[in-house]
Amino acid sequence: MARITAGVGSSHVPLLGVAVDQGKDRDDYFGPIFAGYDWTREWEKETKPDVIVLVYNDHASAFDMKIVPTFAIGCGERYKSADEGWGPRPVPDVEGHPDLAWHIAQSLILDEFDMTIINEMDVDHGLTVPLSMMFGKTDKWPVKVVPLAVNVVTYPVPSGNRCWALGEAIKRAVESFPEDLNVQIWGTGGMSHQLQGPRAGLLNREWDNKFLDMLEADNDEVRWIPHIEYLRETGSEGIEMVMWLIMRGALGKKVRRLHRHYHIPCSNTAIGHIVLEPEE
Amino acid sequence: MTQPAKPTQNIHEYLAELEDIPGTRVYTAARARKGYHINQFAMSLMQDENRQRFKADEKAYLDEWPISDEAKAALLKRDYNTLLDLGGNVYFLSKLFSTDGLSFAEAVSTMTDMTFPEYRDMMLKGGRSPEGNRSIKGGY
Repeated sequence: MARITAGVGSSHVPLLGVAVDQGKDRDDYFGPIFAGYDWTREWEKETKPDVIVLVYNDHASAFDMKIVPTFAIGCGERYKSADEGWGPRPVPDVEGHPDLAWHIAQSLILDEFDMTIINEMDVDHGLTVPLSMMFGKTDKWPVKVVPLAVNVVTYPVPSGNRCWALGEAIKRAVESFPEDLNVQIWGTGGMSHQLQGPRAGLLNREWDNKFLDMLEADNDEVRWIPHIEYLRETGSEGIEMVMWLIMRGALGKKVRRLHRHYHIPCSNTAIGHIVLEPEE
Repeated sequence: MTQPAKPTQNIHEYLAELEDIPGTRVYTAARARKGYHINQFAMSLMQDENRQRFKADEKAYLDEWPISDEAKAALLKRDYNTLLDLGGNVYFLSKLFSTDGLSFAEAVSTMTDMTFPEYRDMMLKGGRSPEGNRSIKGGY
């Protein structure tokens, strides 16, 4: 039986990808950010997950305004790094796991989550930056990936409650897959940041850390935070944090925190990172 | 089997609240409709051939799109706050940042009342405080 063995939360700022690609990840600016991922890189080497269900958002790369799926799951064999206007990131192709992905997709639809199925797409920094943060520079990613893209751009985006419930359904789906697989789920994006308008540059260390505390708690109160609170407290792009709730919802009621890291700033953004293990 | 209906959010209250944040244009359906062609124009710059044509004659390239004169003028001036008002979204507009060779942070700083060095300095010192920046009506 497949099982979800851990959840990882991480920001996915594009500049972090640039730092890795250009070998700047240990300089004065980026060093303190990447130091907070050293523990996780070692842990990933030891725990050797087979598959990552990687929750992220596409930033006008694979999807434009023609089609806006709320929840979409990648069922393809492989995905290339998207050209986001600066040329594609020089990272390996991302290998999918179509058997598991289609199983999850079918299970979710039977569980009343009406997923969009993606067979072909390119993946942007939202997906490849977290892979670089956790696995560093490499010729081949050591895991297969099931991309799960969430609309967090066009309003209304899905509620925190719905995201949490989707996570619960993903857990059920993974646990009904017959093959013995070590699966992690990652929630990416955030933390506080605003990339638009005169209020751009807003960061909120206190609120971000309260959110991380809530993820560690033995209750599901965090699912009830309304959109307006994310927007007021963490900036217009801070709403990406609802994607972390899909990860948290997939871990069950109680979790154990293995690692946590927070740093301000990276470009326009606050960096947050957490590693959680389900505690049955 | 009957289950009680779940409470749903009132759509009018929900949308009204999104307009109550200082210096922020939440990308609502209304803005997405209004700015559809601005964003699709920006998206077209993902292709190198289009970037080259745009750079060669910006005005002529923009004239191929069904967008208003006001939006065209704002695009030519790189007036991003006006573009947000007209329904532009920053993830789409970022294709114009990259066409111009601007970093995300530098382009973002042009929407504030700061120069880029001032903006960068604010970020290094912990960013803009949410204090007084949360609500227009509430003033907190």
